[in-house]
Amino acid sequence: MPLEPFHPILTLSGVGISCTRGERRLFKDINFQICSGESLIVSGANGVGKSSLLRIMTGLLRPTSGQIKIDTLAEGEPVFSIMHYLGHQNSLRDPLTPVENLVFLRSLLDVGNPAGNIEDALETVGAVKFSNLPTGVLSAGQKRRVSLASLLICNRPVWILDEPTSALDASAQIMFADVMASHCARGGIIIAATHLPLGIKAQELRLQL
Amino acid sequence: MIRALLTRELKLAARIGGGAELGLMFFLILVAVIPFAIGPESRILAKLAPAILWIAALLATLLGLDRFFQADEDDGILDLFLMSNTPLELLILVKAFAHWLVTGLPLALAAPLFGLMLSLEPALMPSLVLTLLIGTPTLTLIGMIGAALTVTLRKGGMLLSVLILPFTIPALIFGVAAVNSDAVFNVPLLFLAAIALTMLVIAPVASAAALRLGRE
Repeated sequence: MPLEPFHPILTLSGVGISCTRGERRLFKDINFQICSGESLIVSGANGVGKSSLLRIMTGLLRPTSGQIKIDTLAEGEPVFSIMHYLGHQNSLRDPLTPVENLVFLRSLLDVGNPAGNIEDALETVGAVKFSNLPTGVLSAGQKRRVSLASLLICNRPVWILDEPTSALDASAQIMFADVMASHCARGGIIIAATHLPLGIKAQELRLQL
Repeated sequence: MIRALLTRELKLAARIGGGAELGLMFFLILVAVIPFAIGPESRILAKLAPAILWIAALLATLLGLDRFFQADEDDGILDLFLMSNTPLELLILVKAFAHWLVTGLPLALAAPLFGLMLSLEPALMPSLVLTLLIGTPTLTLIGMIGAALTVTLRKGGMLLSVLILPFTIPALIFGVAAVNSDAVFNVPLLFLAAIALTMLVIAPVASAAALRLGRE
């Protein structure tokens, strides 16, 4: 894919992050730092707070203490504007076709970067064949492929992924490893919570109870 | 962005169904049931008609509101709404407009037809349509705040109605009073319009605040 490298170089860091949900302390004093072109894998047992940590990184959830810093952002500029968050759900609406879903997500998450081409993105994730069926009739793995295509078209430098490869078959996992590798090669950042090996070189942040 | 969101909302409404047609059917059934309770005397029905039609419009508007944010929340898109560079307030205002286009507007336009069933005086029909044209968006906007507050609850539908109905009372009072007035443009109508404009300002800000708090 002939995509231009992201600039400027980003450094994303978390300092002393703690999270308490209700009465339950999930984790405390988490520190990490990650620069453009690198990736970070958040691992740990179920319920240890991986998803919460990812949501804190996107700014959707406030940490109980500590903060997320991004060096190139001006004061007051929202953290999320450089991020694309893909949670457990696929961010797709069932009655719409994959193409319609992607057209909408592209304009929703537009940040002025030249957006990717939808046909190319669907081609890359191997979703061309079912791109005009209602999303509701697709299998879990097919929906996941479409949802991964949204990463390519929205073109934001930092990808925050929660279990990105769940429901994907072996060939799609290899495809996605390539996609992630080329995202890092152009200076993107990937932060993923996962139990499965993603097939990319990454730092590991292990959360413990 | 606004156009993309509006197209999406209208497409969704058309494919899911249950927007315009179901709202109208609900309205029709309410209006058809009420004479059975009150009795067929047309003088009494005509006197009650504006109130009945307004309450029917209120209930028909509430009907689909619990899905207003819920569907996007279930699919994880609400998170992305918050991560958009377009202000959340604007996004949900567009959503409210789309919702009104498929529920409130058809109701307001069809109201004279239902008025006939209640032997509403023909002279009152223009002001009935006018008050509903102003009133239904107001109801949608008030309801949107409730929908934003209850989005994180799985079964928020009933709670939503309990929260919202008290706040619709002023609109109901002035709406019905405006239909019953002699002139088409009258003081209650102006009050109704004032409520509508106030909600237009408050509702997007309040709903956006409720949604942001709900993320925590």
